[in-house]
Amino acid sequence: MSETVLRPTPSPTEARIRTPLARARGLGSAKSGTEHFWLQRMTSVANLVLVVLVLLQIIPLAGADYAAVKAALQSPLMSLPLLLLVLSGMVHMRLGMQTIIEDYVHSEGSKVLLLMLNTFFVIAVGLACVYAVAKLSFGA
Amino acid sequence: MANAEIQRSKPRPLSPHLQVYTMLPNMLMSIVHRITGAALYFGTLLLAWWLIAAATGPDYYNFVSGIFGSPIGLLVLFGYSWVLFHHMLGGIRHWIWDTGRGFDLETVDRLSWGTIIGSAGLTLLTWVVGLSIKGGF
Repeated sequence: MSETVLRPTPSPTEARIRTPLARARGLGSAKSGTEHFWLQRMTSVANLVLVVLVLLQIIPLAGADYAAVKAALQSPLMSLPLLLLVLSGMVHMRLGMQTIIEDYVHSEGSKVLLLMLNTFFVIAVGLACVYAVAKLSFGA
Repeated sequence: MANAEIQRSKPRPLSPHLQVYTMLPNMLMSIVHRITGAALYFGTLLLAWWLIAAATGPDYYNFVSGIFGSPIGLLVLFGYSWVLFHHMLGGIRHWIWDTGRGFDLETVDRLSWGTIIGSAGLTLLTWVVGLSIKGGF
């Protein structure tokens, strides 16, 4: 009966023929490279542009009645930047909250659970926004 | 195995944390950037609620709009707008730092004060414009 032995320290032969990268890959907390940083920065650029486009249209709606708000949200000039902002924001906020969780939650179980809830929350809120805008645009 | 469990239960050594440092503007801005990020995260519920209300119909929209327009609702929205502008300007500060520029202490201080003053200014501007449109002035 063979037994699986986890062996972080390689045998002399293994150490010789495997590159350091091959041995390090898949181990430790860094499961990926710079994607997190890059996505955070890229979505921050998108968020800035889109938030300005949306705010310039939402602020004038102060005190507007339902018909005016509905008409504004049905306009592609509003709904498209808004949908893009929701998509970009979802990626951005998920990454940000992931960092907060990883910084402060050290117990493996709670961490995994919270990271899962983070994804669920982001997708649920994001999809609710997309659903509402789509319903308005396609005729509520 | 038992040995490993004993080792694991021992508290890990900790490096000095917040309490050993003097609070400087950039430290405060870093903390506030994270807090405002988290606030924006949960604040998306307000956006989703408003959009769902608009998609539901006039009765429910007027109900939600009434809550947002109440004194507490306006206070929350006012706070939310400041949080948005502060996080936005903090993000721009991080872009500048990402290019490797602005790390000398004088610039760091100036960027930090710029973030707080700029976010307060943008918030006030937004509300002055918004309330004039609404006819509140």
